Amino acid sequence: MALNIQHTDPSKLTRDDFTSNQETRWCPGCGDYSILAQMKKVLPDLGVPKENIVIVSGIGCSSRFPYYVDAFGIHSIHGRAPAIASGIKLANPELKVFVMTGDGDGLSIGGNHFIHLCRRNIDITVVLFNNEIYGLTKGQYSPTSLKGQVTKSSPYGTIENPFNPIRMALASGATFVARSIDREAKHLVEILRRAAEHKGVSFVEVYQNCVIFNDGAFSELTDPKTKKDHVVYLEDGKPMIFGQNNDKALDWKCNSYEIRDLNKNSNTDDLLIHDESSGHAAAEFALASLHEIPGMPTPIGVFRDDKSEETYEEGLINQMHEVTEKKGKGTLEQLLYSGKTYTIE
Amino acid sequence: MSEKQTKELERVTIRFAGDSGDGMQLTGSQFTDTTALAGNDLITLPDYPAEIRAPAGTLYGVSGFQIQFSSHPVHTPGDEPDVLVAMNPAALKVNLKILRDNGIIIVNTDSFTERNLKLAGYETNPLEDDSLKGYQVFPVKITTLTREALKDSPLKLKDKDRSKNFFALGITYWLFTRSMDATLDWIKTKFKKHPEVVEANITALNAGYNFAHSTEIFATHYRISKAKKRPGTYRNVTGNEATAIGFIAAAMRADKELFLGSYPITPASDILHELSKYRNYGVKTFQAEDEIAGIGSALGASYAGDVAITTTSGPGIALKSEFMGLAVMTELPLVIVNVQRGGPSTGLPTKTEQADLLQVLYGRNGEAPIPVIAADSPADCFRAAYEAVQVAFKYTTPVVMLSDGYIANGAEPWYLPKIEDLPEIEIEYATNPENYSPYSRDPKTLARHIAIPGTPGMEHRIGGLEKDDSGNVSYDPDNHDRMIRLRAEKVQKVNDFVKQPQIDGPEKGDLLIVSWGSTYGAVFNAIEEIREKGKNTVSWIHLRWINPLPKTLGKYIHNFKKVLVPEINMGQLLRVIRAEYLVDAQGFNKVRGLPLNTHDIVDAIESQLKG
Ligand code: SF4
Repeated sequence: MALNIQHTDPSKLTRDDFTSNQETRWCPGCGDYSILAQMKKVLPDLGVPKENIVIVSGIGCSSRFPYYVDAFGIHSIHGRAPAIASGIKLANPELKVFVMTGDGDGLSIGGNHFIHLCRRNIDITVVLFNNEIYGLTKGQYSPTSLKGQVTKSSPYGTIENPFNPIRMALASGATFVARSIDREAKHLVEILRRAAEHKGVSFVEVYQNCVIFNDGAFSELTDPKTKKDHVVYLEDGKPMIFGQNNDKALDWKCNSYEIRDLNKNSNTDDLLIHDESSGHAAAEFALASLHEIPGMPTPIGVFRDDKSEETYEEGLINQMHEVTEKKGKGTLEQLLYSGKTYTIE
Repeated sequence: MSEKQTKELERVTIRFAGDSGDGMQLTGSQFTDTTALAGNDLITLPDYPAEIRAPAGTLYGVSGFQIQFSSHPVHTPGDEPDVLVAMNPAALKVNLKILRDNGIIIVNTDSFTERNLKLAGYETNPLEDDSLKGYQVFPVKITTLTREALKDSPLKLKDKDRSKNFFALGITYWLFTRSMDATLDWIKTKFKKHPEVVEANITALNAGYNFAHSTEIFATHYRISKAKKRPGTYRNVTGNEATAIGFIAAAMRADKELFLGSYPITPASDILHELSKYRNYGVKTFQAEDEIAGIGSALGASYAGDVAITTTSGPGIALKSEFMGLAVMTELPLVIVNVQRGGPSTGLPTKTEQADLLQVLYGRNGEAPIPVIAADSPADCFRAAYEAVQVAFKYTTPVVMLSDGYIANGAEPWYLPKIEDLPEIEIEYATNPENYSPYSRDPKTLARHIAIPGTPGMEHRIGGLEKDDSGNVSYDPDNHDRMIRLRAEKVQKVNDFVKQPQIDGPEKGDLLIVSWGSTYGAVFNAIEEIREKGKNTVSWIHLRWINPLPKTLGKYIHNFKKVLVPEINMGQLLRVIRAEYLVDAQGFNKVRGLPLNTHDIVDAIESQLKG
């Protein structure tokens, strides 16, 4: 229920307003620091009063996040942040609600809540710190660890197939789906901003380096020597061009992507234009799966931005209005004294 | 047509039984509504299998509906039915053993085919041998007569046969001199989209009534006068309906919206169904993806300022227990309803039991005390739900409300409270940022000062880690010890607010009965019977709050030579009482998926008094 109070003016907020009095306790060099720094840049710009921001997390390194931001926050139990966040948003739709989670928290123990949050399209922003390892419990494989990865609980290599978080979110019906990297501060801040401003569920996978247990997992994508060949930036309305000299492009042929060598064929007019709101399932899924194919780059950016869907809370509020219009606002008298009543003298 | 007699009766128990597809639950609830409108007191016991449409004719597919009604107060659905309406051989076989001697059996003889007899395990037809000697059997060709009555109906034969329960209902309406108006109205609304079905059901109902009136089989019909009840307005409710209404009333009194996060589970789902109808009362129902998200969303809604509840049965509590711990740690108001059913595991989903008491008292990691209230009858669920919300907010704590399959599905007349008699529920959130700390407390109740999101200047973090008074995470050993004691003390303080149970009978004596929850009615009757026999040294305390235990219970317990605790479990309250009061209390325990019988409790009391 919305409160009848005077809210603070969000236009005066700065990064510092969101700095909590708690000392950050991630390992030095952890990718989480960058995500925190970018979030603090985004929060003052949302036009949302500070008291209306709620950050919910589960358990894991990433889930310490709420302590480090001076907003309302719950550090809850493992995997369940989406459930709590849903209740918060439905109780007071004016609130801006974030879920900060990790690959273990969000996709393993909390996988069920994650997919259902996506399909319901509740206006919540989910940021998944994907480091492909369990950090807080000290180095077991996670549901996004690569097959064959040697970890504390897989000394001979994992024999499991990893989840692809982007594909999961797309398949579950999230209306905003994006990926960024902890090291790419400028890109990350932009993606977080767009996610936070999206109406409906927004999902951001952030490749996050765990310096202790899985250092260098994304180095190909962040090392200046290799990243141009291994990362393709998605930009709405533009062809997908990458490579050391911007000399490669993604070409859509027979329902899959191929790499076009622009040195050989410099024509870019007939290339597929990235369309965030195309709703083209085959193209979306091919893009989400691209980096699983050897030799293909990893797409970074917005995979889907669908603004057309009604949010869950809009649906709920509309229904409450409609029923109230039809039946009238219920009173205690009607509540008790309805149905087949009879009187005993 | 011979002359018919009318006989006045004080008390009757009737049981309708047939295949799960025979519409026995519907027949029973129609009979119940009509009986309530006739001014009798009553209690019902729906008793149905877990299979939605179990194979026809089988013993395990028998669905029953029992109701006791009277011109005097009724406290139980009756130990032994006086009248059994058996729609097939299996229904007869399953229920005959509980029918009282010389009881009335109305059977649909058409269904006593060789195949059905075999399915029911009868070697010979019980209607043709001696096995029903000692009962008054009224054989009626219900199927044939229904078909005959509907010979002009355009319905297919199969659909015509579906009206036969209304024929049977018509017979019982005549037998107990009832008006058919309420059921006629109900049929017209219920099937209004299918006029031919309305027509068929009405015809069958009338045909049954007229048949009973004109046939020579029935020589007598009965009249049960209005019960002398407290004057006022009444409404017939099931426990689940009353629970739902209680929560809505509490939220409205608190001037808040009600949030239910829930996952469907027998026998609690009807609370979800009921609440989902009340969108125009500010009720938000959220059917979550699982039990965990049910409570998780409710806890989130509580944190953001709604009156929040979650509803489930035992297996769901098992899944919710980690969140119940978080609710204890974050000290947020939340009501968790457990409509207990037979366990363990999937157990007996549609049957009743009281075996989740220890689960809700202790089934969590760490020291995680939660106040527990148990409703004692269908209508009492309203008051229990209301009171649970009051306590949850007053003490900023999760509260468990225990109901069970019997009172959840059972119905009774509910004396409707006057609106002005519903206590105010004042909810105050912290709004002053100066020196605010989320774990500062009200010195009287130890409730924590909650500030909800959206309140300027009150930003703070809470969570599952141990905190100190300032709300900061603390690993300090002494702080942890202190916080554990504080949380426990807060739960004990609930006793300052809730009404203490009265002792029924002398404060000293030979035997004290201590009971809780839905056994109330059966124990009530047993105590009455014992006193009628002139045994006046037996007293009784029925617990409403089981955590905290009543302040005076210890004193009373030690005033009696013996203590007896009747329960539908293996002795769970018994264990608590023995541990708490170091007394050699004894249990009376039956775990049959059914309410306790009055006469069994009487026997148990008598053997305690003897021994
Ligand atoms: S263990 Fe890894 S993920 Fe966790 S804080 Fe340290 S570096 Fe970061």
